[in-house]
Amino acid sequence: MNFATYVIGRLIVYLLVVAIGMTILFFVPRFAPTDPIETMLAKVASQGAYMDPAQVEALRASLTDMFGLSGSLLEQYGVFLRRVFLEFDFGPSLSMYPTPVIELIGRALPWTFGLLLSATFIAWALGNFVGLLAGWRPESTSAKILEGLAIVIYPIPYYISALILSILFSYIWTVFPLTTTIRGAPWSLDLVRSIVWNSFLPAMSIIITSFGWWIISVKAQTAALKEEEFVRYARLKGLGDARLLGRYVLPNAILPQVTLLALQIGLMFNGSLITEIIFDYPGLGLLIYNAVLQADYNLLMGTISLAIIAVATATMIIDFIYPLIDPRIRHR
Amino acid sequence: MKDFLLHSPFRLHLGILLLGVVCVVGLVLPWFAPVDPLEWYTAPRNQRPSLDHWLGTTSLGQDVFWLLTWAVFNSLLLGIIAAFLATVIGVFVGLAAGYSGGLLDRVLSSFMDATICIPSLPILILLAALSGGQLSLIVTGIALVVFNWPFPARQVRSLALSLREREFVNVAWFSGESRTRILTHHIFPYLSGWSAANFINTVLVAIATESALAVIGLSSAQQATVGTMIYWALEYQALLAERYVWIGAPVMAIILLFVGLFLLSSGLAMRSSDRRMSV
Repeated sequence: MNFATYVIGRLIVYLLVVAIGMTILFFVPRFAPTDPIETMLAKVASQGAYMDPAQVEALRASLTDMFGLSGSLLEQYGVFLRRVFLEFDFGPSLSMYPTPVIELIGRALPWTFGLLLSATFIAWALGNFVGLLAGWRPESTSAKILEGLAIVIYPIPYYISALILSILFSYIWTVFPLTTTIRGAPWSLDLVRSIVWNSFLPAMSIIITSFGWWIISVKAQTAALKEEEFVRYARLKGLGDARLLGRYVLPNAILPQVTLLALQIGLMFNGSLITEIIFDYPGLGLLIYNAVLQADYNLLMGTISLAIIAVATATMIIDFIYPLIDPRIRHR
Repeated sequence: MKDFLLHSPFRLHLGILLLGVVCVVGLVLPWFAPVDPLEWYTAPRNQRPSLDHWLGTTSLGQDVFWLLTWAVFNSLLLGIIAAFLATVIGVFVGLAAGYSGGLLDRVLSSFMDATICIPSLPILILLAALSGGQLSLIVTGIALVVFNWPFPARQVRSLALSLREREFVNVAWFSGESRTRILTHHIFPYLSGWSAANFINTVLVAIATESALAVIGLSSAQQATVGTMIYWALEYQALLAERYVWIGAPVMAIILLFVGLFLLSSGLAMRSSDRRMSV
């Protein structure tokens, strides 16, 4: 398989992901049991504002226009795709009128990316490091205890670990803040400290639950590699443990872990959404949650489209990195 | 103890034991509840654990223990039904792709890969928002099936690809057995161990996703599931009131259930891969 075919094949899958995601996003509101426009109108009415019938009609017309509900289904689909991909315009936020949705997303994205990237990287690096050592001496007591712990912690979902962490460290032993409040002047040391301090528990909840998986999978890899001929030969040659692990086992054990990372991104993203909501962390998850609570459909459609595109893109980037770091794959 | 935990049969047995406890709580006990635990004010409010109310009562006057049994029942039911449908669809699509190969395989595989990449939670949140902030368990179940069938499908496909070339399948083929008979008599038994592991894993994912939705209050709050119990406990400030049993009980139930499911599914997968080596 040459490189061009690989890239094109992967791009087709990427486009397919985005197309399926957007198609679901387009059709779900149209087949939902409730009419979003009527729900919106009911929401406005329930807030006590009196409107005469003419005003209601005007509002309904403008909402219909905004949701892209005018015209035939095919026309609507075209308009929807054009707005998502070409104009990148989701209209103004309804709950924070008239701020454009795209601006709110722009403010939230760095938080989600920062949290998810650092937590994923720490969990991945730490889990692989610990798992590698454990796999190198699989019979030692500490390796067995570690794997036992990993097996028990791994299946615990993110929100449970987030809850337990917040119970332990924010209610019982009040060391960390319960909700996120970032203070400090822009680009000051205070600001950095505040961000790290507030991100600690949310990041920990992601790290704790995901790193067990890396330990389990890399340990199995390492234990198998240890018995391979080339490692045995290198050992007979008199190489030390550090060199054996670093030069012979590590590069081979780590490669499948990169592929696994691509498969885990979606799950980790789901987890970070919930963690953000529990800790009031100002990222995409909290934005989606507030959009639901305030029935802000423009914001909801914008954030969810972006979530799908972001996860698909991240997965594809990892898939593209893989052939670059695996010397066994040669694309000519 | 730690020695056994890494040993596959023990892992399997511990998983079955944990699940057995949870299943007794969730599938048997609910039918013995003295009153409908969902009903408000059927017990004194805000009680600490006592002989009358083993795990205390909620701020809404519900008995936490009996409420928990119903919550586990609903969660298990949702997980099992969704996982069953997802596994059945997955096995058939995977077999079709792996066994027939060619263009059909390529189309189905890219469709599977694409569906796996779509984050399911945001779409479930959208569904919840559209149905007025509360997603019914049936819609949740359908969505879970839609998002989870590709996982078993991918695995079955790769197994079917390798099985197609195995000696015993060839022998069956050349001795004139029909395609259907080969599928049902030679390939199916082979897949069953893996599919069981996958099924258990999907039960775990389904329950986890529903309770994630429930914890943030977007699942059907009127139904008792493990997630909605946590939601109500948080809503009534069980933590500030230091009523840790109310929130701790569903949290413990989830942990026991998930660890049990994971041990069982990984134990099953280990056993299947041992057997694969011996064939």
